[in-house]
Amino acid sequence: MFRYSLRRIGLMLINLLIITYMCFALIRMLPPPELPQGDPHTTVIMERREAMGYNKPIPVQFGLFLNGIFTRGDWGISDKLYFGQDVATIFTSKLPASMIVNLYSIIWTIPVGIALGIWAALKKNTWIDHTISTLTMVVISVPSFVYAFLIQYVLCYKLGWFPFLMKGGSDYFSWEMFKSMVPAVLSLSFGVIAGFTRVTRAELTEVLTSEFMLLARTKGLTRRQATIRHAFKNCMVVIVPSIFGEFISILSGSFIIERIFSIPGVGQLYLNAINGPDYPIFMMDTVFYTTIGLAAGIVVDISYGFIDPRIRMGSKK
Amino acid sequence: MDKYYERIPQEMFEFAQLDSEIHDEKFKTKARGFFADAMLRFKKNKSSVVAAYIIGFLILFAIVSPLISENVFHYTIEDKDNVYINAAPYIPSIAAKEWGIWDGSMTMNSQSQLQLDMLYAIGQETGLNPVIGEPVATEREEMYRGKPRKVYSYAVKVNTYYKVGVKNMVMSYSEFENIQKWQNETGVQVIFPAVDKRDIYPSKIKDLSSIADNPNIWYQCTDNKNTPKTDSNGNLVPAYCTDKEKEGAPYNSIRIEGDNGDYIYSIAKSGSVLVRVCYYNYFWYTHDSEPNFILGTDTYGRDLFCAIGKGARFSLIFALFVSIINLSIGAFAGAYQGYYGGWVDLICQRLMEILSGMPFIVVTTLFQLYMAAKVGVVGAFLFAFVLTGWIGMANLTRKQFYRFKGQEYVLAARTLGASDKRIMFKHIFPNALGTIITSCALVIPGVISSETSLTYLGIVDLSKFSGTSIGELMKNGQQTMTTSPHAMLYPSIFFSLLMISFNLFGNGLRDAFNPSTRGTED
Repeated sequence: MFRYSLRRIGLMLINLLIITYMCFALIRMLPPPELPQGDPHTTVIMERREAMGYNKPIPVQFGLFLNGIFTRGDWGISDKLYFGQDVATIFTSKLPASMIVNLYSIIWTIPVGIALGIWAALKKNTWIDHTISTLTMVVISVPSFVYAFLIQYVLCYKLGWFPFLMKGGSDYFSWEMFKSMVPAVLSLSFGVIAGFTRVTRAELTEVLTSEFMLLARTKGLTRRQATIRHAFKNCMVVIVPSIFGEFISILSGSFIIERIFSIPGVGQLYLNAINGPDYPIFMMDTVFYTTIGLAAGIVVDISYGFIDPRIRMGSKK
Repeated sequence: MDKYYERIPQEMFEFAQLDSEIHDEKFKTKARGFFADAMLRFKKNKSSVVAAYIIGFLILFAIVSPLISENVFHYTIEDKDNVYINAAPYIPSIAAKEWGIWDGSMTMNSQSQLQLDMLYAIGQETGLNPVIGEPVATEREEMYRGKPRKVYSYAVKVNTYYKVGVKNMVMSYSEFENIQKWQNETGVQVIFPAVDKRDIYPSKIKDLSSIADNPNIWYQCTDNKNTPKTDSNGNLVPAYCTDKEKEGAPYNSIRIEGDNGDYIYSIAKSGSVLVRVCYYNYFWYTHDSEPNFILGTDTYGRDLFCAIGKGARFSLIFALFVSIINLSIGAFAGAYQGYYGGWVDLICQRLMEILSGMPFIVVTTLFQLYMAAKVGVVGAFLFAFVLTGWIGMANLTRKQFYRFKGQEYVLAARTLGASDKRIMFKHIFPNALGTIITSCALVIPGVISSETSLTYLGIVDLSKFSGTSIGELMKNGQQTMTTSPHAMLYPSIFFSLLMISFNLFGNGLRDAFNPSTRGTED
């Protein structure tokens, strides 16, 4: 198991390196953003670009780039959006907003989603199950920006309960800030609830009809005991890894929700970097998203092995 | 028992059937193939059948709505009206029935008495009264020069289209004449008499240039705040210009009521004329049809009915293309990997891992930056989808091939000398087809969804290619959500319906082709 994990992580790092190199090469081959005429910083910027290796072959540039990251934690200097500021600092200052909004949304949605899923599975093929399943299907299909619109229109505009946009500033745990985050949190929540409901229902219905449940009932357990002690444990094998995956991906935020509610998060930063264009920020965001995506996959895979002793990953049969 | 048979004399035996043929009884029922079977199962799933009909309806909408707009109402997607922006849904014939729907209404809050007067004056001049129903007044006390006084403000429901009233327009002589000709044919008054500021405001106001031009003031005012002057009956006093010196071009068409031929209908400008036109009727003249915006207009003054149809056309066709390309690439790649295994499989798996590790939004952005100039926005978009989209399909097919390639019928075929190609595509592939078809139905909504998200974010701009896209409409609608919710609502409804029904349909299809994935039956 340990060796398997190590191998997976090693493979992930190689993949990450290759993807980073590909993106890096593509970005560096683009002409650097034009400097405004008569800009007083022209010489400094040109010097900086020279130091970044703009006139050297791409692999050399990539070496310089990696060297900067590993030796000094230097991800470059923003050359357009946040002129002259350190990209890593800007980036980390954007991270909390994204994380907090996502965290709030999954903290309350995962229990709700799982509870609904369990309810639907226990009442299988009744109207409760049909209602929950159909609603889940509908909610999953509708994209988050439609929810954002409905929430903004009804809760923020017609009823006036919440502000339209997220409050500025960095007092992330104040009441005012929380209130201004509620619309964004709600918009993100529907999809997560529906996702967990669907997984839980599917998994639990399968477990409930398996043979060991019959055995549990035959040896004299009540339906309740059998469900709680045997069925839940087994269906958690699938649900818990997806919770881990969800927690990893809270880091990445959501492009659309961040734009609609003007959350100063990494998604917003990415969109601004594209429109800038600000390549150093774009590059760091790309590496970040790739890492999150790969890491979430690995965490899910590895956690299966830890949770369920029956799954022996990487062992030879 | 057996012994007794021996005692039976041979001649006692008799052939059961020497003359008649032996054959199995023919099936009474018709044989049912794989697809017919799936179809039967699909039909049992009511929600999927309904979803299929809804998809059909939405596709029909996408085909028909731009045609209706272009041929019946004469506006295309390029028709950007800069006056009727974000205007509410409006159908004149239904609005006339006063049912409260399709009346193009919007509610204007906290309007002063003066603003209300002006709305009524527009109605009086053009004959198109913008005020719907009775204004709701709210009373409020205010201190004015040390004394309390009552101030009224009104919430008034107005027709967005009539509200525009009259606009000043500079046009060429020929255009002016064409409008007159059109007026004579139809009897609809487009051109209204010119006014001069000097006639409107009392002579004690010396500096007229400080008063903003407002073409909707056609009556005499008592001060520079446009307070109307009324005669003894309480009627407005017209202030139309009669100065023939200023007239720009001769006018030989219908005149308004109360005009005995003195009013001039245009003011001379160098090489052109300045005309007051009733915008509603002018729109009628330019489009040869009254404004008929079934779903209202968007931020650019385009007909939403047409724009949604255009956007949906693109989305559907694009999604279909992407799915076909991805499915074929994926199926081939998966088949080769699954069948041959070994190092081909290993290399492909690593490649797929790397490609699927790239965040899709990054891929799209880079492709837009690189290829949009060479192969066009849509081409670059298509490549971005194809680059990572085939992976899911390939994995699926690969799994199926792994599953089937060791089975006896494959072995039998190989023993009979079938080539690899034949085994793959004649023997294994049809068995894997069910799984492949079902995933196809779920690929399309996935593509439409990502396409819409990306156009919503503005990363991909399709407006040059297809006129618009659902994502773009929603992006613009979102920004003006409070004043014109319809501009966001209708694209959202369309898109949500499309997504829901495609997903329901896809799930139904999956259950029909793979009954085993449906979960256990009771």
